[in-house]
Amino acid sequence: MTNPYVLATLLFYVASLGLYIWNLREPSRTAGIGATACLMGGLVLHYLALLQRSRLIHAVPYDDLFGSLSLFAWLLAATYLGLEAIHRRRSVGPFVLPIVLILFLLAHVSAARPIKAPPAQGPIFAFHVTLNILAYSAFAISFVLSVIYLLQNRRLRGHKLGIVGWRLPPLDVLERMTRSSVLIGCVSMAAGMTAGFIWAHRLQGRYWNGDPKVIVTVLILAIYIGYTLLARTAAWRGARASALCIFNFMFVIFSYSIVNRYLSHFHRYF
Amino acid sequence: MEIVLIGLNHRTATVELRERVAFSAERACEAADLLRSQGILEETLVLSTCNRSELYGVPCELSADSAGAVELFFASFHQLPPAELNGSLYRHRDSHAVRHLFRVAAGLDSMLLGEAEILGQVREAYRIALDHGATGPVLNRMFQGALEVGKRVRTETEIGTRPVSVAFAGVKLSEQIFGQMTNHRALIVGAGATSEQVVRHLCDRGIKQLRVLNRTAEHAVDLAVRFGGEVIPWENLPAALEWPDLIVTSVSSAEPILTRAMLERAMAARGNRALLLIDLGVPRNVAADAADLYNTYLYNIDDLTEIVEQNKKAREAEIPRAETIIEEQIEKFMHWQAGVATGAVIEDLRKKLTAERETFLHERLASMSHLSERDRTEVAAMLEEFLDRVVLDPAERLRGIPELRRKLQDLEALRDLFHLGREKP
Repeated sequence: MTNPYVLATLLFYVASLGLYIWNLREPSRTAGIGATACLMGGLVLHYLALLQRSRLIHAVPYDDLFGSLSLFAWLLAATYLGLEAIHRRRSVGPFVLPIVLILFLLAHVSAARPIKAPPAQGPIFAFHVTLNILAYSAFAISFVLSVIYLLQNRRLRGHKLGIVGWRLPPLDVLERMTRSSVLIGCVSMAAGMTAGFIWAHRLQGRYWNGDPKVIVTVLILAIYIGYTLLARTAAWRGARASALCIFNFMFVIFSYSIVNRYLSHFHRYF
Repeated sequence: MEIVLIGLNHRTATVELRERVAFSAERACEAADLLRSQGILEETLVLSTCNRSELYGVPCELSADSAGAVELFFASFHQLPPAELNGSLYRHRDSHAVRHLFRVAAGLDSMLLGEAEILGQVREAYRIALDHGATGPVLNRMFQGALEVGKRVRTETEIGTRPVSVAFAGVKLSEQIFGQMTNHRALIVGAGATSEQVVRHLCDRGIKQLRVLNRTAEHAVDLAVRFGGEVIPWENLPAALEWPDLIVTSVSSAEPILTRAMLERAMAARGNRALLLIDLGVPRNVAADAADLYNTYLYNIDDLTEIVEQNKKAREAEIPRAETIIEEQIEKFMHWQAGVATGAVIEDLRKKLTAERETFLHERLASMSHLSERDRTEVAAMLEEFLDRVVLDPAERLRGIPELRRKLQDLEALRDLFHLGREKP
């Protein structure tokens, strides 16, 4: 982790997290703007680090799980920034930034590895990977929002809002934000999978190859569509839908770690 | 430029006395005119609310007791013997007057710490005085500073964000669940004074769909008419529970009027949409075991009182942050004022030296008949250039360096030194 862009990105993300936490505890214009500015700075530097990697391998920078993790972190931070701009709320930042940091550290903390060209290249393949990782980012955001929902719901039902409770978004807003994120994730994943099927057909002459990663991804799409349908029903709306969203995200983690690492034939990074 | 403030507020005077010294907009303008015509104040601004009557001004002449003259005027204007105001009036000068105004605008001097209404009242008082031409550069700058302080304190601290009344706490809680109340629905069960407070806050927050139930239908109609709600017959209470997002109850009843079974049926009928129950009744109107129902949030009067107490403490904890902002703004204002005062002194000095130069030239050149007209003009120009160098350079330095102004501190010493604005002894 000696790349200056990586170190600078880490510094900006840590500063952003610190300022977001400060802003949640003691809201101030300076801390809030500082947190967003640091996040934007981190995103620019992170993009430069990804670009540098991309130029070296002449492709999008996801030749391995770690490169993919780095892109995941970048898309997660970028998605959150978009969400913050739309909803004009910074109180979710302290919950999203730790995930961005963990993903970023996982991607960059290991010793530098020789960079090899990815097995597949081209715009359709790039779309396939980028859109699927964007879907993961949207699902990660929905996971964070669901966790906040459950915490806030618990505080409200227990009459213990506390200092932080008054600063978090209302339950209704959290619920709508979660549904929007899941919708973005589903659309992105469906588009990414379509690009993947087209790419598989070009390579192998068939759309479906029965790879465990593909099966698990279809399952993930199905359970998130299930969430979208259930979240508005009488029995599931509210805390149960949030719990379901958290449960669904476990499949994303499973797909991104175990399946990618050990089970997939065509989506293994090693 | 001295600033004086004379006033009284809810801490120093009874409501009876505050009523007697209140200023309407017209009376405030009248007072400003009188103060100017009597040569007491050249700039005046009256801030009069239900909790305070304050008179800010810039005296016409420097005097040791300009505040005393304003105090006498204050009493006579309201046809009160000065003795009646003894112990109730406070007087502040210069930076203390500025600090007082900034604290008022920030809500730190209000009966309800951090209340926002005062900032609007300060803005309105300033507008009235400005439109009437009663203010000048000093009070304009001072009140613009006060408005900036009020805005900063409200955006940079949480002094005014948390509710400190039971009714408002209930409404804020509903916003923590539903977000903006504009498109949500409230059912008010019981049309008493407490319910009315909640309805008032709900209407302030933009709620449009309101239904009222009361055992005595006339009271329900009265409340509904005043706030644009709809009246529901008392017998329809069970069915009415399916409709709202928020139910506020304040009914005098020995037994709960909303049982768990009733609410369970209502929740099933409304598809488990979230429901906030605010029970302001004593004895309680909602069965305690209803709190366990899925997607329901039940708060009784004790729960809300506890929230209010926590919020009061939280507001008090914000005072140091607000004070820091106030001190920053006072320093900014005092720098500006010192800069203006310095400029005035330098200008007076320049005028004085120019007059001295004219006299000096006239006296000396009269005895130098051998000089041509051109020589005389050149000598005059050289002397003028010399004075500019002597005066303008320090003037620019004084304007640009606050530290230098601080070192000079008492500009009056400079005035005395050069006999500025005074006759030579």
